[in-house]
Amino acid sequence: MHYLIRRSLHAVFLLFGVSILTFLFSALTPGNYFDEMRLNPQISPETVAALRAQSQLDRPLPVRYVHWLSAVAHGELGFSFAYNSPVGPLLWARARNTLLLTITATLLAWLLALPLGIWSASQFGRAPDRVLSWATATLLVIPDLVLALGLLILAVRTGWFPTGGMISVGFESLSPLDKLRDLASHMVLPVLALVLSALPMLVRHVRASVAEVLEAPFLRAALGHGIPRRTLLYRYALRTAANPLISLFGFSVGTLLSGSLLVEVIMSWPGLGPLLLEAILARDLYVVIGCVLLSMLFLVAGNLFADVLLYWADPRIRTEASAK
Amino acid sequence: MPLRSFTKWLVVLLVLHGVIAAAGFFAPYSPIEQDRDRPYLPPMRLHFFDTQGHFHFRPFFHPLRLRESAFDQYEESTSTAIPLHFFVRGASYHLLGILPMRFHLFGASDARICLLGTDAFGRDQLSRILYGGQVSLLAGLLGAGVTLFLGALIGIVAGYYAGWRDELLMRVAELFLALPWLYLLFALRAFLPLSVSPLEAFLLVVVVIGLVGWARPARLVRGVVLSVKERDFVRAARGFGASHLYLLRRHILPETASVLLTQAAILVPQFILAEMTLSFLGLGIPEPISSWGNLLASLQNYSVLVSYWWMYLPALAIIPFFLGYLGLASSLQERPAAYKIVEKKSWNPS
Repeated sequence: MHYLIRRSLHAVFLLFGVSILTFLFSALTPGNYFDEMRLNPQISPETVAALRAQSQLDRPLPVRYVHWLSAVAHGELGFSFAYNSPVGPLLWARARNTLLLTITATLLAWLLALPLGIWSASQFGRAPDRVLSWATATLLVIPDLVLALGLLILAVRTGWFPTGGMISVGFESLSPLDKLRDLASHMVLPVLALVLSALPMLVRHVRASVAEVLEAPFLRAALGHGIPRRTLLYRYALRTAANPLISLFGFSVGTLLSGSLLVEVIMSWPGLGPLLLEAILARDLYVVIGCVLLSMLFLVAGNLFADVLLYWADPRIRTEASAK
Repeated sequence: MPLRSFTKWLVVLLVLHGVIAAAGFFAPYSPIEQDRDRPYLPPMRLHFFDTQGHFHFRPFFHPLRLRESAFDQYEESTSTAIPLHFFVRGASYHLLGILPMRFHLFGASDARICLLGTDAFGRDQLSRILYGGQVSLLAGLLGAGVTLFLGALIGIVAGYYAGWRDELLMRVAELFLALPWLYLLFALRAFLPLSVSPLEAFLLVVVVIGLVGWARPARLVRGVVLSVKERDFVRAARGFGASHLYLLRRHILPETASVLLTQAAILVPQFILAEMTLSFLGLGIPEPISSWGNLLASLQNYSVLVSYWWMYLPALAIIPFFLGYLGLASSLQERPAAYKIVEKKSWNPS
């Protein structure tokens, strides 16, 4: 258990560190949300100054940070100037949508990558393996921006999928089943863009680590004992090759979160991406900080999940931890 | 063998970059030359066979005219055929930014030839893509330069001096690695001025991109330095009284070269994409300067997306560059293994 506690403490350290870092960066910001108000002749300078004081923007940085920390403790995460409301509730609604997209894409990408990579490794060097390698190489050189825009154009021209937003007009009046179907049809395009951009890297890694394991003597022995191929590949080879792949899982969460940011903006999915972009353009300080921290929280959670998985899958880590 | 593939990819990349660097020659027009009477001209087709079916060695095209009762629908006026000429005189430009020239690879005398169509202001897409590439590639290359410089500096300080400096720097690096990189990029961009002149915007983009990626190369360099500084030849040099600066310059920096080179091949395309993403979202290079990112910005408009597919073409320009850098990176990653075997054989003949 020491191992997991250590990893959790590390995650907490990261959260604090990044929050301090973002606050330090925010001190560099020239101008703030209220600067544009100053240009407006209808708003008196006193009002602007009062608003500034109310939002604590005229206080020194450490004071603001402590104030913000207490707001975090209340689940508010500071105050959004543009929405005139606490950041917390604003973020949760958007974060749910981002998570829906990212988790679906992560699961789907891995569910596809594992069998594809294992199959490719079992056919190592033969025609199917080479075709698949070419396919992943092709996907690898298409950046996510290009891919997402291309898919969007395809959808617009063919009309196969809805091209923007998360739900159709009149979503409220649909039956639960239709609601689900509507949501799913809206998810197809963004999830496809995310999965396709993450897939080639995953398949290549799975293939490489499984192919390496397949060379091992114990697997040849197992093959000699007449253990079925499928059991051999999925039970023995995958288990042995799992270690680097689980670390890759944490990394893939980060890639997918980044990809999701872009895909959400392009396909107007109401997640953190569009919110962050609006907040940057409006200089809505605490929303930016909230979005960034939340993205980090997700990534750290993904890594922590990978750590737990590793602890469960790799007996060496368990013995190492208990030895200490 | 890997060395040969390295050379091959290097040549491919040099040619690709050369085309972009000499954009003025390959682009038929200036990127800001407008033709407001012909917005959203679709890509023109080059013909070899005329309406009678006769073959012409010199390709020609039919100028486009507006279809009746339409404001953005064009058709070829097949009655006139305009031949394409090579090495024609056109708008003046500076080759590689210094050499004043007027020659363009191709052009036509009576009408504008827009092989990839035009945008909302009737500006030639091909020219804008070629000139935009200069901005995007330069941003990517300079950004990677900044990142690698920072990464090498921090990695060397952390690895060589160790102790509290190492601890502090690596903890900060962890913070940078803990953020999804696009969020980090946006966060850095968020805290810098928004409305700036094109040149300032370019420098901002370079700085932001450069600051994002230093953590990974820094950690790799640190690892190399940690192992190199304990090697016998370094210890010997230190024993002979070599100064820190001498050791770093003469023995340690050269050992980090292969790591840095591999990182460069990985980072440059990623950073070109970062510039594209920033400019695409309106946080990077502003109009009228073109970059691969802001050329795509018009696609955020739904009607453009539906009607003018050729506005998507700038996106495809990055793909050969991605391919080139991917090839270069994988050929570099193959190299150390071969290098190690050779090294082992020659140094430890046990």
